[in-house]
Amino acid sequence: MTKLRHWLGTSDLAGIALLALLVFVVMPLSTDIFRLNLIGKYLTYAFVAVGLVMLWGYGGILSLGQGVFFGLGGYCMAMFLKLEASDPISTKIQSTPGIPDFMDWNQITALPTWWEPFRHLPFAILALLVIPTLLAFIVGFAMFKRRVGGVYFAIITQAVALILTVLIIGQQGYTGGVNGMTDLKTMLGWDIRTDSARYILYFVNAILLFAAIFACRAIQKSKLGTLMLAMRDKEDRVRFSGYDVANFKVFVFCLAAMLCGIGGAMFSLQVGFMSPSFVGIVPSIEMVIFAAVGGRMSLVGAVFGTLLVNFGKTYFSESFPQLWLFLMAALFIGVVMAFPNGLAGLFEDYVKPWLLRTRAKQPDVPPAEPVVEETTRSVASRTGDSVEPLPAPTAGRLGPAVA
Amino acid sequence: MSTNDDRKGLQSLSRRQFSMGLAALPLIGMPGLSMAAKYPTAQVNTTKLAVTDTEVIVGQLHSATGTMAISETGSIQAERLAIEQINAMGGVLGRQIKIIQEDGASDWPTFAEKSKKLLVNDRVAAVFGCWTSASRKAVLPIFEKENGMLYYPTFYEGLEQSKNVIYTGQEATQQIIYGLDWVAKEKKAKTFFLIGSDYIWPRTSNKIARKHIENFQKGKVVGEEYYPLGHTNFNSLINKIKIAKPDCVYAIVVGGSNVAFYKQLKAAGITADKQLILTISVTEDELLGIGGENCNGFYACMKYFQSLDNPNNKKFVEAFKAKYGAKEVIGDVTQAAYLGPWIWKATVEKAGSFDIDKIAAASAGIELKTAPEGYVKVHENHHLWSKARIGQIQTDGQFKLIAESPNLIEPNPFPKGYQ
Repeated sequence: MTKLRHWLGTSDLAGIALLALLVFVVMPLSTDIFRLNLIGKYLTYAFVAVGLVMLWGYGGILSLGQGVFFGLGGYCMAMFLKLEASDPISTKIQSTPGIPDFMDWNQITALPTWWEPFRHLPFAILALLVIPTLLAFIVGFAMFKRRVGGVYFAIITQAVALILTVLIIGQQGYTGGVNGMTDLKTMLGWDIRTDSARYILYFVNAILLFAAIFACRAIQKSKLGTLMLAMRDKEDRVRFSGYDVANFKVFVFCLAAMLCGIGGAMFSLQVGFMSPSFVGIVPSIEMVIFAAVGGRMSLVGAVFGTLLVNFGKTYFSESFPQLWLFLMAALFIGVVMAFPNGLAGLFEDYVKPWLLRTRAKQPDVPPAEPVVEETTRSVASRTGDSVEPLPAPTAGRLGPAVA
Repeated sequence: MSTNDDRKGLQSLSRRQFSMGLAALPLIGMPGLSMAAKYPTAQVNTTKLAVTDTEVIVGQLHSATGTMAISETGSIQAERLAIEQINAMGGVLGRQIKIIQEDGASDWPTFAEKSKKLLVNDRVAAVFGCWTSASRKAVLPIFEKENGMLYYPTFYEGLEQSKNVIYTGQEATQQIIYGLDWVAKEKKAKTFFLIGSDYIWPRTSNKIARKHIENFQKGKVVGEEYYPLGHTNFNSLINKIKIAKPDCVYAIVVGGSNVAFYKQLKAAGITADKQLILTISVTEDELLGIGGENCNGFYACMKYFQSLDNPNNKKFVEAFKAKYGAKEVIGDVTQAAYLGPWIWKATVEKAGSFDIDKIAAASAGIELKTAPEGYVKVHENHHLWSKARIGQIQTDGQFKLIAESPNLIEPNPFPKGYQ
């Protein structure tokens, strides 16, 4: 326990414990299966938000096209599920039984060859991990090696999102077009629409999400994480120290893409369909908002942010069907104005000092070590990239080494 | 709540007023009360729907926000008007209808989420909603899984039939074949140019149109073009039309694209005196945006026009304008949406129950003599028998009725020979 606390830091541990309590205990016990399924859906977006914390918060790379990778992962899973739902018996009403219904509507008479491998679940799982990562690698490699960054990179990711949307909608015979892939029923004969299946999928999703958080936390704590911070704050110095900055950027972009892919696949499984409305620019920006509301430096904060925004969306739209968009806008503006570092910043600024004060009164716990570490981190997160000299001590050590 | 208010009201009345009130009470209260007493809740609601002794809750699921809001607002209004009128008549089986409205926000996943909420959480007795095919496809598995009942108002592509949906709009063949036959017969059209927005409804409709033109009319399709939803630059298309010189342009362009399409046609000099255009995607609602002066003289094939001259429609238009304002227009889908609550009411009364399975079974054969479009009847396949009508666009944004099918056309969502 002390080892874990040492590794994570006290406030992180508190945040993760709180989130785990909420996700694994409070929500399953306090909500019915309909609401729990909704929360499961929100938690699939949290994969994207966690990826964005790594990419944007730590790597300093803003991508406005994460929906692309979410969509690709989702489509890979949906293709497998759709093929299973399109067996010749349940599609006997079609002109060509045995192919997905949207192909039949578009006068396609045989399953395209590139669909064939998606009959097999292992291939679909491999594809949903590899395809988003591969696309991220190609885009990232092409951009970062040419030192394209900042706003230009954000615009290019938007263009990718737009291109993929147009492609999916235009090729409706192969992709289902605007409608997307609907009516997904079973996975290897297991009905994913039953209540028990939804419970299981919810917990699988939650466990995967925590695995993702821990993996990302491990990266943050490693030398790689330190380098990413340094790279974000002063890219040139890292480059002059002999590191190939582009490789690190490509890595973190691929990591975020893979997380999105997992989230997308879990989405298809829990919601039972996939559509191009997750791929475009607007949902991609929405996903950035999730991370911004949660706090782009905090993995746990991003999950809370995702939950808060989506709760807000559902609650406001149920209670005020005519006004809810204005209320959502008020929420975003309010968060950005009042807590620029998101929910996690709120925690850092208000809850933590209070926690430390109460802890200082207990003489048996030495507060010194975590305090130093956390404050430097929060300074680093707040000062941004224009400050000279480098705020983070680790990056500071790199500086003199070059000089 | 209401009983408390009533009691307060009664106490404040003088004795004389009180006795007068008592005398009037049976006239107002009794029909409702006796209906509800005749149909005890335990009997009409065996599946835990949101039905009590005094009220029944239904859901309304349209886009109140987003790009589709402009189209779906008419349906929201029409359904509310119908429900209000039914409530004023004493409700359904003596129960007042209460609406839970949800916003699909022009986003198909949101439609799916909200439909699940209405069916699972609110246990609504029926849902009036959806507009686009994409939103219907997104909610359909949920209605089938949770056993709900959806009244869907839009004319659509067919190729679908569900126990859990009543389609109050036309399926593709009801709208397409009559219109094509009419232009072939009356306007001697032999060559056709098919245009559509790029999604399932225009594609399927044009597929049916092409088969009908080629196999049944022995005509010729000289061009077929699709453009993404929201597309606004039709210059290359207009050039293709000019080169192909078709007898008839068959247009299924939807939404905002229509505005650009017809304005650019006019700017290019393609007007009704030179070119015959038949559309199945322009109603009075779209004409508000396009402007009647930009496309007057072209034809549309629908089942309803606001200008229909019959007593039912006059009453409907009057009530609609009284409630929502004199400037409102009523399109084909708005009228079909208005039918939803009335058909549901008639079905519930025939079945003597709110249970979904019983309604689904009782739906076939339900008739509505008071429909603004005229007499309609529900087919066994859950679509409506309806007429097809040709209207010519006038400069004031209304249609002039030119022709109508002599008989009701049978709905045929899986047409043989058109696949």
